[in-house]
Amino acid sequence: MFGYMVRRVVATIPVMAVVALFVFSLLYIAPGDPAAVIAGDQASPADVERIRQSLGLDQPFAVRFGQWVWLILHGDLGTSIFTNLPVTTMIAQRLEPTVSLMIITLCFAVSVGVPIGVLAAWKAGTWIDRVVMAFAVFGFSVPVFVVAYLLAFVFALELEWLPVQGYTPLAQGVWPWLANLILPAIALGCVYIALIARITRAAMLEVLQQDYIRTARAKGIGPRGILFLHALKNASVPIVTVVGIGIALLIGGAVVTESVFAIPGLGRLTVDAILRRDYPVIQGVVLLFSCVYVLVNLVIDLLYTVLDPRIRY
Amino acid sequence: MNTQATTSPLPSVAVAPDLPDLLPGFERPTGLLGVLRRHPMLALGGALLVLMVLIAVLAPYLATVDPTALAPARRTRAPSVEHWFGTDMLGRDIYSRVVYGARVSLTVGFSVAILASGVGLAVGLFSGFVRWADAIIMRVMDGLMAIPPILLAVALMALTRGSVGNVVVAITIAEIPRVSRLVRGVVLTLRDQTYVDAAVAAGTRAPMIIVRHILPNTLAPMTVQATYICASAMIVEAILSFIGAGTPPTIPSWGNIMAEGRSLWQVKPFIVFFPAAFLSVTVLAVNLLGDGLRDALDPRMAREF
Repeated sequence: MFGYMVRRVVATIPVMAVVALFVFSLLYIAPGDPAAVIAGDQASPADVERIRQSLGLDQPFAVRFGQWVWLILHGDLGTSIFTNLPVTTMIAQRLEPTVSLMIITLCFAVSVGVPIGVLAAWKAGTWIDRVVMAFAVFGFSVPVFVVAYLLAFVFALELEWLPVQGYTPLAQGVWPWLANLILPAIALGCVYIALIARITRAAMLEVLQQDYIRTARAKGIGPRGILFLHALKNASVPIVTVVGIGIALLIGGAVVTESVFAIPGLGRLTVDAILRRDYPVIQGVVLLFSCVYVLVNLVIDLLYTVLDPRIRY
Repeated sequence: MNTQATTSPLPSVAVAPDLPDLLPGFERPTGLLGVLRRHPMLALGGALLVLMVLIAVLAPYLATVDPTALAPARRTRAPSVEHWFGTDMLGRDIYSRVVYGARVSLTVGFSVAILASGVGLAVGLFSGFVRWADAIIMRVMDGLMAIPPILLAVALMALTRGSVGNVVVAITIAEIPRVSRLVRGVVLTLRDQTYVDAAVAAGTRAPMIIVRHILPNTLAPMTVQATYICASAMIVEAILSFIGAGTPPTIPSWGNIMAEGRSLWQVKPFIVFFPAAFLSVTVLAVNLLGDGLRDALDPRMAREF
């Protein structure tokens, strides 16, 4: 058990190394010469060459990669070309809206996706099942910004129940904060709900055929007890796995959702950085998001042994 | 039960008694039409997709005006008889733009599906068969999969100029790891099958084993996966164009039309609505096709998901 945990943690190192190598190569082959940018328009080629040497830009790829990783491990993601601010500062400023949006979406998606998946499995073959599965197909097919515009149009513009755009920090009160995030969270959550509902249904169908479910029913346990106490607990491993994998959807979707709802988060930062070709910022955001994704899935893998004590590695 | 069989005299042999049809003959509908009747999702998805392909191919005949023609005098007109879907900020006819936009979406979707399947198949087969390469390739794929696909595509697009070709390459790179993993998984399970052992024992060479025994078995899951990749690629293309990192604004694509309508959507929602509707229907068609194919190609998988 302990050995498994150590091995699983160690296994993330090559993954992060590949991510780091990819992200570094991005900056390495990016067009534009940082030395020339820093030297300015008036600099002579000799000046540019001197700056390049002082920055270590004349070093071979492997050396520069090593230096870059060393700086990152010390919390230095470089400086934005556009604003001249450290990338870590820029990310820190944009962190709250994105983290808020993701956590709300995650809670919302799990609390909707799992129950409708369970319901679909329980009523398998009936119209309820078909409605849930049809919804799942729609959830996969309608892109996040389409749902976002639709929701904003109906609930913000026509009905005026919720604000159309923007973000209010949590420090200014829970309701204003939440009101701004409800529509983005629903829009972002649609694909995620579809994914969770599908996997939940599949996992539950599998579990509901087991002998111990029949035993539980024979003992006289009601449907609610069977579904939520006996079945869901045993179906939890694939569900939790897909919740973890789905974080990638959330991250990708956040970039778009934040654009539609004008939320000043990391997604907006990414879009702005791309339009300005601000490579250090793009690099920092990709690295951060990938890191979070890998860590979340690491935690989930470690959770398996808690969720299902039969799993022994 | 059948009574005739028991009443018929036992000694007389030769001619079997006429048994009544206990089970009325069930004729399984055959041929393409039969398959479509048994899998309505496949039929619906296929029909919608064919419609979209027709729209894309016949765009020059369907479009009412040149999709790039500017008409500053008639900016942001609401849908009317003259301009079915209205006009955008530069007075361009949205209906014509949406019709031409189908070309970009379908081109990107199909190209990425084919390219990612092809490369993924090669990588997956190589990885599944060559032990020493497997560990390295799969670590690289794990690393690429750790970067959320849209971010990966966005990061790659930041390196190059926006063009349809670059969009295809960027999305393909983001999709390859998943196909490789799928193919490798199939190869690894097939390697342990007795008929593969038998082929190896009979002295069949590895390339022949791949072509005769492995490839046909990867085809069904690959086809299904390719349709899902196609759907996902169309969404990613629209997202890239929407945030300004995809198809160049000079080419009408659904994502571009939505991007142009973005600043005005609160007052002129129709600019965003039409491309959004077409994109959703097309992706839905491809997803239905994928689900239908999955059920049709592998009945065992039908009950899962």
